[in-house]
Amino acid sequence: MTVDEAYISGIGQSEIAVKQKRHPLLLTLDAVREALDEAGLGIGQIDGVSTYPGRVPAFLGFSPVGADELIDALGISARWYAGGGEITSQLGAVVAAATAVRAGLARHVICFRTVYEAAALARPEEYPPLRRDRVDGHSQWFAPFGAISAANWTAQYAMRHVKRYGLTREQLAQIALTDRANACRNPRALVREPLTMDEYLSARMISSPLCLYDCDRFTDASTVIIVSAGDALDEVRCTPVRIAAMAGTVERHSWDQAEWMACYPTGAELWKHTDYKPADVDTVQLYDGFSFQAVAWLESLGFCGVGEGGRFIEGGRRIALDGELPLNTFGGQIGAGRLHGFGFAHEAVVQLRGKGGERQIAGDPKVAVATSGGGPLATALLLARD
Amino acid sequence: MAVTRPLPRLDADNRPFWTGGAEGRLLLHRCQDCKSFVHPPRPVCRHCLSEKVVPEAVAGTGVVDSFTVNHQKFHPAFEVPYVIARIAIDGAPGVYLTSNIVGCPADSVDFGDRVKVTFLQQDDVWLPLFEKLG
Repeated sequence: MTVDEAYISGIGQSEIAVKQKRHPLLLTLDAVREALDEAGLGIGQIDGVSTYPGRVPAFLGFSPVGADELIDALGISARWYAGGGEITSQLGAVVAAATAVRAGLARHVICFRTVYEAAALARPEEYPPLRRDRVDGHSQWFAPFGAISAANWTAQYAMRHVKRYGLTREQLAQIALTDRANACRNPRALVREPLTMDEYLSARMISSPLCLYDCDRFTDASTVIIVSAGDALDEVRCTPVRIAAMAGTVERHSWDQAEWMACYPTGAELWKHTDYKPADVDTVQLYDGFSFQAVAWLESLGFCGVGEGGRFIEGGRRIALDGELPLNTFGGQIGAGRLHGFGFAHEAVVQLRGKGGERQIAGDPKVAVATSGGGPLATALLLARD
Repeated sequence: MAVTRPLPRLDADNRPFWTGGAEGRLLLHRCQDCKSFVHPPRPVCRHCLSEKVVPEAVAGTGVVDSFTVNHQKFHPAFEVPYVIARIAIDGAPGVYLTSNIVGCPADSVDFGDRVKVTFLQQDDVWLPLFEKLG
């Protein structure tokens, strides 16, 4: 163990479901409890909190719990905390926490992401969306043209791959098929039914080339990652996983002015901070709010060349649970639910600790990549049990 | 009366872009020092940091750089299916507008299509939509 490095200690997750009745703060508490139990830590040892994107009053379902609220609600005495949306994406909250513990600002930081979109849509009287007469900021360039969903923004990048590189629907389908196959082995996954190629190809289109099964769906859940300082590991019971490298790079913060999604520069940046190489990676947990994002991450991280993602996943063997590069072994967001980024880091740790149960990959995995984000948002973490 | 589209909140930076259509003009911010275009409109050039950035009319033509056909009913103002496209604007290198290709079947749009702006007024906003040329 190296004292000046950051490690993931406890991880936790609430029940994953839609239209949950349990209060989102209590779902967060469920995930906190599980993470503390695993790490052998008490809440009194937590001295930092980090989250993305913080409480969002305009749409509470998107993010109903903020860092400040969690600190106050759980009686945490924080020496450092942060929560906000203007960071490199969801797992940017883990990057912030790792930076803080390396700087000595905190010893054990709870990082969390709580989502409540299905419940909030089902019960608008309890979680009322803020009425707005006009759109501004980023939305003004998209919403007036009916480009309201991130599906529309992502679809245009995907279409470019179709045109330039010949990405086919059969290739793209492998993300959803792999996710759904893996979700069947994850007792907590939202959708525990396999998906066939025929079902995929006959699904209704959402925003071409993305069909229904290329999109994740609103979910209610909370995921917690505890980031601990290298010199605090003697207090931790579980096997620590080192945050061996992290990156979050953006060249144009825009969904349409940028030629490439931010994952591309971010993937290249990640390898500048480590001696590990893509060939050392045992499993990848890549953001797939929309299936194409996972394809772009595979290219970005150098597992294949730019434009080769479709052929890389063709047939699905390579990215299957028993393939050479198992992908999204918990089901990704398409199979396990829209945990919004945190599920990928959670699963990387599960696999590196050999705790995957029915979905555990073979071969004593030691190195994993977890990513979050699409468009101008991108974070990559290299996690190692070394 | 038909439901209006989600409309931008007008401010000092974006007002020329969203209201230029009243005079049939597509206005983009341009740096007067290095001649780069600045979009989204802001009072500083991201290439040379000059503050001499003013709105200028461009020809209003462009090329479909990418597109998607949206089939999901996200908002009552839009009849599905409709085309959302990323349009490379002629004479303004590096500027892309997300908009709709209108006046043609949704399945007739392709990469490289030449398009021209047509403005749709809703309330005090002139939305730059595009139609195919030729």
